[in-house]
Amino acid sequence: MIPAAFDYHSPKSLDEALSLLKQHGGDAKILAGGQSLIPAMRFRLAMPAILIDINRVDDLRYIEERGDHLAIGAMTREHAIEDSAVVRSSYSLLHDTAVVIADPLVRNQATVGGNIAHADPANDHPATMLAYNATAVVKGPNGERTIGIDDFFTGLFETAMADDEILTEIRIPKPPANSGGAYTKFERKVGDYAISAAAVQLRVDGDTVAEARIGLTNVSAVPMRAKGAEAELIGKTIGDAVIETAGKAAAAECDPSPDLRGSVDYKRDMTRVMVKRSIQQAVARAKGGQS
Amino acid sequence: MSEHEVTLTINGESVTHSVEARTLLVHFIREDLLLTGTHIGCDTTSCGACTVLIDGKPVKSCTVFAVQADGAEIETIESLAAGGQLHPLQEGFWEKHGLQCGYCTPGMIMSAKGFLAENPNPTEDEIRHGISGNLCRCTGYNKIVEAIQYAAEKLQADAGGE
Repeated sequence: MIPAAFDYHSPKSLDEALSLLKQHGGDAKILAGGQSLIPAMRFRLAMPAILIDINRVDDLRYIEERGDHLAIGAMTREHAIEDSAVVRSSYSLLHDTAVVIADPLVRNQATVGGNIAHADPANDHPATMLAYNATAVVKGPNGERTIGIDDFFTGLFETAMADDEILTEIRIPKPPANSGGAYTKFERKVGDYAISAAAVQLRVDGDTVAEARIGLTNVSAVPMRAKGAEAELIGKTIGDAVIETAGKAAAAECDPSPDLRGSVDYKRDMTRVMVKRSIQQAVARAKGGQS
Repeated sequence: MSEHEVTLTINGESVTHSVEARTLLVHFIREDLLLTGTHIGCDTTSCGACTVLIDGKPVKSCTVFAVQADGAEIETIESLAAGGQLHPLQEGFWEKHGLQCGYCTPGMIMSAKGFLAENPNPTEDEIRHGISGNLCRCTGYNKIVEAIQYAAEKLQADAGGE
């Protein structure tokens, strides 16, 4: 299968990429890792007239702790996140997520920015960034602005970014003491999208959940937080009954579509299980000082 | 339609070609460079039969445009048997019967080569995760894992003997 013809540009700097994007407007598409876009182009589900390949913009690849947050350049490959010492030691939820995205070959090309900007509810990073309360940094012709992750995903494959803006960085707040996170994904096979997956980031105060945010993967048209499940946790003493109630709340508030991965009832029940497992793991990590 | 001149190194040799922007790297390798050891399996970024190394990292060459590989170093299965001598991975697949129909083998071997470069002494579990982007419909994978274990040991012994 061969994609439709397009004009190709390979800018060396972000400014050059932005001016190309401004010039071509809605006809142009940004090529990041290409692991979703190129398959879509082969099927001719996507037929952009112009591709702006930002793989040669080197200064969008970094993972650095800066003050109160972890800054990740949008063109950082998933493989680099898997390998990052700081992610492994202090951002367990992000590490859990990176290692289950697609397969190792795809992760050598795929980027964190592409995964988020594509705004596919089946992608894994959206739920994780929702759980982290991350911030997206985007740049356009009028300069840089930040978008809180709760406002970033506006629809199926749609974001709060304008046509002439590029996602440049993701900022994850540094987890405070006694925090833990986990991502649990249920998939038919390596490389498939999740049947359901749950991202949990929480903070404990002794045996009480002080803060909790939960994101869900592939059980809604737009990447979603399980706010009902969060409410069942916050302020409660951690125990099996509380965790079960939170899992049931997530199962009730998600909105999966039936497809070859399962029926609505099945996906809701798997969401309950994924949320429970992620909470259990996150609590264990919070208590073990692992964040 | 846009045409681009691409210069890259393939199996140690520098080549310059004009390619259409939409040409996928796997088509460029097979149809322009006539290196047909790299296979096309699924065309949907699922199977890994088209795996090649780009700057040492295994990727699916059906999911990269040839124009993106400008300036890169590409290795395909044809680079492995230097001077007619089988590479330890090829020898492992031979000795341990790591293939039946052989269609997935070039991709499987290139994936394993990239993986072993990063993790020369893997556990069985790590090997299984390492090749999880490559599908085989014949072997049930056990023989492939044994072949890669064989190669890992041989490569380690060769490296130690120098």
